Amino acid sequence: MIDVRMAELDDIDTRVLDLLKSKIGREREIAMDSNVVEDTGLDSVSVMDFVMELEDEFDISVPLDEIAEVRTVSDLAGVVRRLTAAGASV
Amino acid sequence: MGIKNRAAAMQSAYSALKALGRDPTSLQFDRIVSPTEALLGNKPIMLFGTNNYLGLTFDEACVEATVAAAREHGVGTTGSRIANGTYELHRALEQEIAQFYDKRATILYSTGFLANLGVISGLADKGDHLLIDADSHASIYDACKMSDGETIRFRHNNPDDLAKRLARFEGTPGDKIIVVEGIYSMLGDSAPLAEIAAVKREAGPNVYLLVDEAHSLGVMGETGRGKCQEAGVEDDCDYIVGTFSKSVGTTGGFCVSNVEEFEALRAYSRPYMFTASMTPPTVATARAAFQRMAEAPELRERLWQNCHRLYAGMAKMGYRLGPEVSPVVAPQLPDPQTAVTLWNMLIDAGLYTNIAIPPATPNALSLLRVSVSAGHDDGQVSAALEIFAEAGKELGLLKPGNIAA
Repeated sequence: MIDVRMAELDDIDTRVLDLLKSKIGREREIAMDSNVVEDTGLDSVSVMDFVMELEDEFDISVPLDEIAEVRTVSDLAGVVRRLTAAGASV
Repeated sequence: MGIKNRAAAMQSAYSALKALGRDPTSLQFDRIVSPTEALLGNKPIMLFGTNNYLGLTFDEACVEATVAAAREHGVGTTGSRIANGTYELHRALEQEIAQFYDKRATILYSTGFLANLGVISGLADKGDHLLIDADSHASIYDACKMSDGETIRFRHNNPDDLAKRLARFEGTPGDKIIVVEGIYSMLGDSAPLAEIAAVKREAGPNVYLLVDEAHSLGVMGETGRGKCQEAGVEDDCDYIVGTFSKSVGTTGGFCVSNVEEFEALRAYSRPYMFTASMTPPTVATARAAFQRMAEAPELRERLWQNCHRLYAGMAKMGYRLGPEVSPVVAPQLPDPQTAVTLWNMLIDAGLYTNIAIPPATPNALSLLRVSVSAGHDDGQVSAALEIFAEAGKELGLLKPGNIAA
């Protein structure tokens, strides 16, 4: 069971990264430690718009104050992981 | 981080735009001549960037009432109503607005920005959720930041998207407060309020709707109450926020509501409690302006005639505009540089408009905001159209064939 759970969590990282890559196009290379604003060329509004896509993809609600804390793609995936897990446990 | 770094980042972002001519953040008018004319230096300029929708800033009744109030009650209140007390004038304006909307109560704020800040942050407590339109005004975003509730955005003017996001909260405790605007200030598009109200009704009893009518008060609806009235959903709009700084012609803001507990906000809404209340002259202007709105519905008709003419004229030239005819006509331009260049050219030709560029705009759009007034006469609208045609042609924005008409 634990292995399955870990695989799901890794999968969330990959899905978040892939979605962000398709949002910003191919000109920029990004990875999990990339900054979601500086390394993507997105402005703060576009990042919030991207979060709406994540909400729909993972069927979660991401409060704005959580986004304010996000610096890297990994941080963002962390928020999604936590909210996905919280939803699953309800 | 750091004060110097932040200022330097701003300067580098805007220096290229300033280099295109004037500084868009600090244009100074040397004299305001009328609701629609000013002087830049000695040069007359037509004002199409004022939000002065009914042209009441020089209205004789408004000016007289304002001056009389200053003489009779003094020029300021020098404190909040909690500390310094309520003036009879404040109470009278609150009652008049409640009557105008046919609602139970009104709370005045010192500006429209503070009204959003105070009401929204005051309503949503820990465990409550705010669902805001993605294109909401800065005051709504800041209010959400101040609130102890959690904030979720829904896609602009999309009732289905709102319904989907509300559904994710099904079974969770706490109230849900939907926040939308009557008319959105950047593109001039209005909210599909009938559909949004239907979503709210279906979502259950702990879901509330707040509508900011900043740009629609005095502009829409049979008696000028705004988009809620036009859409016929006033009973579904639990809180209506508005400002006196646009059609009403002065400064100040308010919220009006039928909700029983509404006035409790006076005791914990900090932007109400900890800032000086509206001054006697501004209250008097607002009272006179609401009266003018009621006795002169032709101002609203005149405004819409001008809106239709300007929108149709610019659309015909080939400018890409917002999705509907509105007091805000917003030509969309390819990039911030073009927007600032066009803005400068229009000023050179005697036409003042507003610049709107990212990140203040939705979808990273670069716009000019052209705001229409009942005070514009036919000649001014014609002149504005000619200036737009010439400048658009010179910048290569318009196809020559479109312009002749």
